[in-house]
Amino acid sequence: MTTTSMAGALTTALRDAMAADERVVVYGEDVGPLGGVFRVTDGLQAEFGSDRIWDSPLAESGIVGTAVGMALYGLRPVVEMQFDAFSYPAFEQIVSHVAKMRNRTRGRVGMPLVIRIPCSGDIGGVEHHSDSSEAYWTATPGLTVVTPSNPADAYSMLREAIDSDDPIIFLEPKSRYWMRADVEFPARQTSFDRAHVVREGDDVTLLAYGPTVATALAAADQAAADGLSIEVVDLRSLSPFDDETVGASVRKTSRAAVIHEAAQFGGYGAEVAARVTERNFFHLSAPVLRITGFDVPYPSPKLEEYFLPTAERVLDAIETWQWEAR
Amino acid sequence: MSLNVESSESRTLPTLTPLRLLDNAGHAIRSEDAGGFALPEPEILRDIYRRMVVARRFDVQVTALTRQGRLATYPSAFGQEACEIGAVAALDATDWLFPTYRDSIALLTRGVAPAEILSQFRGDWHSGYDPRAHRIAPLATPLATQALHAVGLGHAARLRRDPIVALTFLGDGATSEGDAHEAFNFAAVWQAPTVFVVQNNQFAISVPLERQTRAATLADKAVGYGMPGYHVDGNDVAAMYAVTRHAVERARNGGGPTLVEGLTYRIEAHTTTDDPTRYRESRDVEHWKRRDPIERLEKYLVSDGLLGDEERSSIADEAEALAADTRRTMNVEADHDPLELFEHVYATRRVALGEQRAFLADERDRAAR
Repeated sequence: MTTTSMAGALTTALRDAMAADERVVVYGEDVGPLGGVFRVTDGLQAEFGSDRIWDSPLAESGIVGTAVGMALYGLRPVVEMQFDAFSYPAFEQIVSHVAKMRNRTRGRVGMPLVIRIPCSGDIGGVEHHSDSSEAYWTATPGLTVVTPSNPADAYSMLREAIDSDDPIIFLEPKSRYWMRADVEFPARQTSFDRAHVVREGDDVTLLAYGPTVATALAAADQAAADGLSIEVVDLRSLSPFDDETVGASVRKTSRAAVIHEAAQFGGYGAEVAARVTERNFFHLSAPVLRITGFDVPYPSPKLEEYFLPTAERVLDAIETWQWEAR
Repeated sequence: MSLNVESSESRTLPTLTPLRLLDNAGHAIRSEDAGGFALPEPEILRDIYRRMVVARRFDVQVTALTRQGRLATYPSAFGQEACEIGAVAALDATDWLFPTYRDSIALLTRGVAPAEILSQFRGDWHSGYDPRAHRIAPLATPLATQALHAVGLGHAARLRRDPIVALTFLGDGATSEGDAHEAFNFAAVWQAPTVFVVQNNQFAISVPLERQTRAATLADKAVGYGMPGYHVDGNDVAAMYAVTRHAVERARNGGGPTLVEGLTYRIEAHTTTDDPTRYRESRDVEHWKRRDPIERLEKYLVSDGLLGDEERSSIADEAEALAADTRRTMNVEADHDPLELFEHVYATRRVALGEQRAFLADERDRAAR
């Protein structure tokens, strides 16, 4: 058992994956001697050499586009987009090529590559450093989009992502990079197409992922003091979506709310609310709620506390159900 | 034909006059007036001639089939045979090609079957051929994106110590795209074994070159990235072959990337749905028709006694046979199974896709009853 941060767990996952499979190469901006701006690749270039892990020129489309060619040749690239909104220059490569190559070649060429994107806010970052881009990726067939919320999952899910024959958008909630926990390496959890019930409860299901799992757990703690029993489901994978685990929880509690940092309109929560409602309507005793960021660009560090969903907002939102039935 | 590559090569501006080895009348140009490049061996030129004739017949046939409604659209390469085939002939069988949508005849010359080349233009959802079997990336519509794939594949091969070169075609319009810039820069920084062949056919759909760039030549762009650039007469297949072969050998030997611009002209429309009379003068088209790349090589081969009537007749037969084969294949409706839509989205099928597949299967069963 080792006490590790989530960033440290990701480093261990990369190290173990590179040691296990020489086809795994890692590149992006600053991943070499610096070890990444979040130190996730710390020490790896010294260990594996600059043919396995190297600094690329500063160009995100170039990073992903060259990874397409490397995967075509048989390597398994793990590339880093340095901060969420800097992934947008790579949008065309990801959407038109990474996601489509298997389909375009009738299954002959897969894209076993992992695109690591440090995502979401709450770190006092300036513009371009705090976006939640998941809805763009989950709207794209061919991509698998996952996000860990704790060190053990970070290790397990990154190993699984690198092992996968499909391209994975790997969203790393940077506000949780320094979250520490005891992890038994090599910790392998259930595969990421399964959501985890991280806290059991009877009255409400909170559906959270990445950075908002901690928010949901805090809300559940506070609600427990008032005698309200909240179940928290960590989705882990946003695409595919685990209808089974989520449905079982919602049918048990009959009330569901989804929490994310991204803007509400057209956001990922809309998909969650629609799916949950379509499949469980007659088990629901209240509409599915969304507790999200506002429909504005991600605000400056001085104002992000007003933007981010908090435990209090979650509790206020579920209060609107008014609880006549209890 | 190997050249002494001087360290200053990458800083030398390409010549304003396109580099030629054969003039328009098919006369050989002295090596010292042709950048030091030598005329390829006769056997290579005879082989290239045969491929060009066959390719043109194919191109004309496919254009006709498109007008008959057998294909959704077709971007013709009529007039660009020297760029397409001169460049591809310079590759070894183990090298990779990253084509654009206009490069059907390059695929043909690398041995891909007509039906597989035309898969997407016929309206299918997949690229038809096996990229790894042919070492050709799938045809795709976005511009310049494939240049980065070529750089990545070349660099991966180099990391593996495999002597493989990746050649990618770009159009003149595509050089304005951000991905072209990123590909040039990544290739130069990584010294990736990549050859960029810019087919400057002078129009991006309707937009002429002078509205695309202020650079004196597109080959000039290479200099800023720290790689050599060559401005070549794209209707002189001997020059296209010789320069590309030099670039390929240089890349294979660890010399890094090269940009080769072939100055040519698109005789047909952008695609069969376009009306080129709205944006260019017929006298320009006539001027370029008189600079036909196949006729130029033919004049040279005939006058040097390298091509006789018998061989020409056998090449014509081969071209006709291919055209007939293409007609036959295209006149048979391809068999599409809608349920296959769900098969190749992910390596392992998702629950949700299984549900949607079942839905479509059920809908079709009910319609059939």
